[in-house]
Amino acid sequence: MPDLSSIFALAVGLVFSFDAELYAIIGLSLAVSLTAVFLGALFGIPLGAALASLSFPGRGALTAIINAFMGLPPVVVGLVVYLMLSRSGPLGVLGLLYTPTAMIIAQTLLVMPLIAALSRQTLVELNSEYDELFRSLRLTAWQRITALIWDGRYGLLTAALAGFGRAIAEVGAVMIVGGNIEHVTRVMTTTIALETSKGNLALALALGLVLITISILVNAALLSLNKTARRLAYA
Amino acid sequence: MQTTLAKKVTIMVGTFGFLVSVLLLALQPAWAADGGGFIILQSTTSTDNSGLLKAILPKFRDKSGIEVRVVAVGTGQAIKNSTNGDGDVLLVHAKASEEKFVAEGHGVARTDVMYNDFVIVGPDADPANLKGTADVIAALQKLAAAESLFASRGDNSGTHKAEMRLWKAAGIDVAKSSGAWYRATGSGMGATLNTSVGLGAYALTDRATWLSFKNKAGHKVLVEGNPRLFNQYGIILVNPEKHPGVKAKAGQAFIDWLTGADGQAAIAAFKVDGKQLFFPNAPKNN
Repeated sequence: MPDLSSIFALAVGLVFSFDAELYAIIGLSLAVSLTAVFLGALFGIPLGAALASLSFPGRGALTAIINAFMGLPPVVVGLVVYLMLSRSGPLGVLGLLYTPTAMIIAQTLLVMPLIAALSRQTLVELNSEYDELFRSLRLTAWQRITALIWDGRYGLLTAALAGFGRAIAEVGAVMIVGGNIEHVTRVMTTTIALETSKGNLALALALGLVLITISILVNAALLSLNKTARRLAYA
Repeated sequence: MQTTLAKKVTIMVGTFGFLVSVLLLALQPAWAADGGGFIILQSTTSTDNSGLLKAILPKFRDKSGIEVRVVAVGTGQAIKNSTNGDGDVLLVHAKASEEKFVAEGHGVARTDVMYNDFVIVGPDADPANLKGTADVIAALQKLAAAESLFASRGDNSGTHKAEMRLWKAAGIDVAKSSGAWYRATGSGMGATLNTSVGLGAYALTDRATWLSFKNKAGHKVLVEGNPRLFNQYGIILVNPEKHPGVKAKAGQAFIDWLTGADGQAAIAAFKVDGKQLFFPNAPKNN
């Protein structure tokens, strides 16, 4: 069994080796997951805001479904996207299977419900605070949603970060739709799975440490950006 | 008030979108490669994890300019993916399934490429006393009688199919013992070897994966060298008449290279720790 200190040393060595291949893998992981979070937030946040502030038939059912979909198994999402993008599937002519685009589609489907559900949670309280004001101003549905999103923007960052956490850590979906092809669709998590299957347990763990470090850096960067924005807003 | 709010939200979305696009642009090389000449090779973990494909594919690319993108999964899944048309060339090791694939019209033709062999690995303590048993059927019967732990792929892969053929020949119905001494992991060769090392269980593996596997702990090869353990690899072009997206010309070029003199020499030259892992045996004048 490899001991922790040697794994840590290996992880540090990996980062400072400036190995082009490793950096490309890290870059692809970030590009795929951040794009998926962006798209997931683009649709998920307005959906969460609508669920929080508007009343329409089926709202309760939709909320329950979105909440349940927070726990969608990545491998199932991967399989569904695979069947869609397969050459014998309905979208096969696009030739997207085994490309980074396919991975973005799968991860967007994974994180969108999570971001929507957490956004709804954040905005539902804000909405009850503002409800009377909104009524007195006779705001349209769309105006309500934008007002809520703007005023709740700092809280919504947490929802987006949770989405990022889910995207960057999942392996089941990107393995199926990306195929873990070297230099094309190989990301951090699929590399870790591959090295584990080769029996390179120390290397796999070291890569895991690198992945966690990247996650912490991304979270810290976005939170400090948030803090700066907040300070500027109230200055 | 509302128009400025909408503007602010747009700016917020725009800023995030801009940051993401900058990142995507920085990574353009990875995307740009999408448009180049490439084929998808559906293959098995043994050919990929052992390092064989990584060693020989650049030689083909240098000669032809065609990049071969490898999707390494079990033989069962590779055949399934190719049946869906999600691959241009199929390189696997389960002759009966390959012939069925061609007979059903999914593939154009099947050609032998290379072979190696399966081995039974197990803990050094060897509780079922298999070491030195030349007859693999007798070894399996001993194993079942001793009810020693055995880790199976259980994933319909080429290795799993070979294992099931051996159990059948030994007259043992392992399904009855599943969960007891017989453990079907339902995962790849490497994952199954990790499990067998963790459990102190026996396992059937192809020799290439075993030799390049890095977590052997105390496990050793105990049964080998029996004709029944022969492991043949075949290559098939996915039928472009069935799936118009198949890159038939580039795919056939790869098959011709791999079964030709250069490809066969490249396979023979690939060694791990000084040992040759795959033995070319494509028909001559191909």
